[in-house]
Amino acid sequence: MSDRPFTADSFYQFTAEKKLMGSRCQACGKLFCPPHPICINCGSDKMAWEQLSGNGKIAAYSVIPYGPMPFIKEGYGRDNPYCSGIIELSEGVKIAGQITGVDTKRPESVRIGTAVTLDFAERGSWHFIEDVYKVRKTYPVFKVQ
Amino acid sequence: MTVRKRKLGRGVAMVGAGMSRFGVHQNLNTRDLFVEAFLDMKKSVDRGIDPKDIEALYLGNAAAEVWEAQGSTGPIMASVTGLTPIPALKIEDACASSGVALREGIIAVASGLYDVVLVGGTEKMNTLPTDWNTLALASFSDTLYEGAAGFSFPALYASMATAYMHKHGISHDDLLRGAIKNHLNGALNPKAHFKQTIKELMEARIARARQRNEPVPTWANEMDFLHDPRANPVVAWPNTLFDCCPVSDGAACALLCAEDIAKNFTDTPIYIIGTGHASGHSLTDRDTLTSIPAARLAAKQAYDMAGVTPKDIKIAEVHDCFTIAEVMAIGDLGFFAEGKEAATAAGEGKTARDGVKPVNTSGGLKCKGHPVGASGVAMAVEIFEQMKGHAGARQVKKDVNLALTHNVGAHGTTVVVHIFERRA
Repeated sequence: MSDRPFTADSFYQFTAEKKLMGSRCQACGKLFCPPHPICINCGSDKMAWEQLSGNGKIAAYSVIPYGPMPFIKEGYGRDNPYCSGIIELSEGVKIAGQITGVDTKRPESVRIGTAVTLDFAERGSWHFIEDVYKVRKTYPVFKVQ
Repeated sequence: MTVRKRKLGRGVAMVGAGMSRFGVHQNLNTRDLFVEAFLDMKKSVDRGIDPKDIEALYLGNAAAEVWEAQGSTGPIMASVTGLTPIPALKIEDACASSGVALREGIIAVASGLYDVVLVGGTEKMNTLPTDWNTLALASFSDTLYEGAAGFSFPALYASMATAYMHKHGISHDDLLRGAIKNHLNGALNPKAHFKQTIKELMEARIARARQRNEPVPTWANEMDFLHDPRANPVVAWPNTLFDCCPVSDGAACALLCAEDIAKNFTDTPIYIIGTGHASGHSLTDRDTLTSIPAARLAAKQAYDMAGVTPKDIKIAEVHDCFTIAEVMAIGDLGFFAEGKEAATAAGEGKTARDGVKPVNTSGGLKCKGHPVGASGVAMAVEIFEQMKGHAGARQVKKDVNLALTHNVGAHGTTVVVHIFERRA
């Protein structure tokens, strides 16, 4: 078990290692991904890292022609929109991520409930200050087969 | 979560309310807009207000730091309105900034600390290129995880719309009918960002094409117009341009005082009898994507404090930053059941000015405009005018003695609900 702190920095260290990690409350058993340092269910601060499968299904989504800058820099835009959504993982938690393997020219063809598997993508940081320093991070991405 | 029934230490009344014109104001900044709102508020106080009697300012502003490179907007707004050296608090809570400012002003008067306070909000949003503005607005999401996943702000509500459509089998047209309804109201509001119905906007486009000798569009009706991606492009599917509120510049303010001195200002004070305020998690930590849990909690607090039920409310101004947001709001407030009933309320005329439950008689954020930090108090301005019978062409015909405002911060991470009463 990892002793890394339950921070966003740790979460993105794990994604750089191609691992999707959440935190499980040792008092009530609830799982969180992204991790919480303090349980939002029972208030306990006894957490432990746990690796997630990344298998899940689409719970909600949008197809986005006008995204935040890191997505524009990846070549997405009006003529090349991308899909992002909320994924319900098989472990029962929800996580936000880009959804690949869907026809973004036909947004109505994307179906809620569609199965996805875990992938990773490296992109520039969302944060404009980190962007000044060319920080890149690895983000979880969910792939429709 | 159990909700303890709360009460105010003493009664609070709204005795003045005003707003600037909302829209794209190239030559006006947050100060100019706030001065315009302040002067409009002064005119609305029946027996007048000596600004020297105002003891504190609670100001909502979401992100002047980003849009104007200007912080400290609290004391600056006090200075430009001649209120210095009273305490001036800037409150940031995204799109609920001034809804929270209103509540904090109420709490301050109810505590007995002040007898008269000014609450307001101001926002100047039309300063950045589109990609920077997308970033500025998306900063109200959970940027570490939601923004990082690619969500623009319209995409957060778009994803809730897909979950709602999937769960309840409603159509995108149901959502667009809410925009048509709000434009019918806003077209009658001289301070609205858009002063036209969607039909009028469509006809103006046709006339312009004729004038320029361009191919004349053949839209059969406004729904046909809204289905045309050249007229109504996708912003974040399924949100199209006409599902989204505009990017507006504007300000609003209201004068609050202790109930026992309210009659010094007017014979018809608007009493604030219920206030509720709750926070909420990011989308990923919510149990539902088709309702805003914080809205249900804030509404329950406000209804319990006021001792009224959703049925009793005559009109409401709700947070329709996107068409799906109004559908979720009227469900969360208990006006209509979540699902088909809420989604078809606009299309069936139930939320029209002459409907059973008029919603967003001002035009709502969709048509009146949404200068984010000003919207919470701007909702109270509409309620003030409707309750006093001063709403002109958009005045609701029935007696408005009980009304409600519902102001959402970000995608539901804050909700503030207020209930207003006019006695006799």
